[in-house]
Amino acid sequence: MSCIETIQDYALRSIGIGERLLPKTDFTLCQQFTLIGSGMIWNLYFGALALLVGFFIASAVAVGKSARSPWLRKPSEWFIFVFRGSPLFIQFFFAYVMFLKVKQAGYMPWLTSAQAGALIVLILNTSAYSGEIFNGALKAVPRGDIEAAKAYGITGWSRFRRITWPTMLRLAWPAYTNEAIFLFHATTLVFFSGFPTWRQQGDALYYASYFADKTFNPFVPYPILAGYFILLTLCVIGLYGLVNKRLNRHLPAERKRKLRIRPNLIR
Amino acid sequence: MFEFCTNPETLGDFQWFACYFTTGKLFNFYGSFVTVLVLLFITAPTALAFGFLGAMSARSHVAPVSWLGKAYIAIVRGVPDIAFFMFFVIALDQGFEYLRHQALCPDWDQPIRQGNDFIVCAQAKLPLSTSDQWVHEVYGFFLAVLTFSIVFGAFAANVLFGAMRAVPHGQMETAEAYGMSHRQAFWRVLVPQMWMYAMPGLGNLWMILIKATPLLFLLGVEDIVYWARELGGSINPRFTDYPHGDWRAQFFFGLLVFYLCFTRVSEIAFDRLSRRLAHGQAIATGGAS
Repeated sequence: MSCIETIQDYALRSIGIGERLLPKTDFTLCQQFTLIGSGMIWNLYFGALALLVGFFIASAVAVGKSARSPWLRKPSEWFIFVFRGSPLFIQFFFAYVMFLKVKQAGYMPWLTSAQAGALIVLILNTSAYSGEIFNGALKAVPRGDIEAAKAYGITGWSRFRRITWPTMLRLAWPAYTNEAIFLFHATTLVFFSGFPTWRQQGDALYYASYFADKTFNPFVPYPILAGYFILLTLCVIGLYGLVNKRLNRHLPAERKRKLRIRPNLIR
Repeated sequence: MFEFCTNPETLGDFQWFACYFTTGKLFNFYGSFVTVLVLLFITAPTALAFGFLGAMSARSHVAPVSWLGKAYIAIVRGVPDIAFFMFFVIALDQGFEYLRHQALCPDWDQPIRQGNDFIVCAQAKLPLSTSDQWVHEVYGFFLAVLTFSIVFGAFAANVLFGAMRAVPHGQMETAEAYGMSHRQAFWRVLVPQMWMYAMPGLGNLWMILIKATPLLFLLGVEDIVYWARELGGSINPRFTDYPHGDWRAQFFFGLLVFYLCFTRVSEIAFDRLSRRLAHGQAIATGGAS
């Protein structure tokens, strides 16, 4: 079987299109590249959607945490504390068991599927981490900016949307980039944490460990997975770098904040 | 455990739970907390040592050594740590067996990789197939510790590398002006001072390490996640004196609370420690004034 045929059969295997059975014997390099790459579709799906939705929740949580009213502040603080203080792995397990109970009670059976349930956990998790980052940036917004806005008579929602929020984003962006990278890494946990795979439609790590189990040779599938993830990380850095450029475009050249990636200092 | 436990079916709620929580299986669950703590307290210093070596080699003036250190630091940035965990556990195991195979069975003529199998001679097996169950468990735990140390060593190397560069350059220049050699200046001036700059990063790393411990479950160690799943599932009255329904939610909630308390306590401890380290240093939060 040529490599082109393999790609036709397995490139979309992770979303159920193409060959039904996974390869069982005589694994070729091409098969491993194709299937693990096909699994990346799920990593992209989880990561991109969680970041997109989480971004807005995180903004709300950040504002809530710096609110004066304890009715807004306390829930935000607890939300951040619970999701940042406990392992994502346990959160997945706990959420899955809870979703199972909800299903048994006869409501929302789709919650136990990874596509929905795990996505919800990831959204909440990234909201908490990004919320903390945004909250830190919110406190660092220069007072002069706010005073200038006041002097121009910009108040309330308009001031938040046009002055505070963009500045907060600009300050938070390098740290937020790290959070995005980590979130994509965290998506590999989904299918190892209780959420079942449906018809062997898993993510990249699921297929990589499938090959490692079958061939008893970890030296091929895991480096392939690593290669895909390094590519993904570079794409994330590139995309976020573009946004960073746009957020900083009004600043004189020497004051622009370069995007420096130090992932492990954040999470 | 208690005397009234002889016939659990007749007990009231409180006594029933008192008996349930002291059954032998539950002690396995409590013991697994010790496993996690032991892992943490062995891994943390080992990873720090790995990190120190990594940071030192990244600073080296010899180009290949410095590349090696930098590659070690850089590779963990781009790849999910769980992939490393799953890779290293098999890779290390096979590596050890391969080395022992070379040493113990020199006149073995078959290839080690035959199709989908990895075959070494019987003497090279780790642990030996004749050894007891506990040897297998200890070996599995040892592999897990080594894996954690390698991965978190790379994180620590990154933190320490940054911290070494954060020490003001004037300090090193002063040391050399006093006639210290490069090595002396490194050990007497740079290393004692870098801890303050490394503290936030290391504190963060400790938090990540705590939160990575449930991954032990994926490495085949019988840790708290394993026992929570095992004990939480519903049990039929036929197999136990203490039947109950699906309690996994309660067990996982317990784990959640355990981790929340653990991280919170660590956070407070690290705050105190970094305030103490900052004492007398000429930075904004230091107590120099």
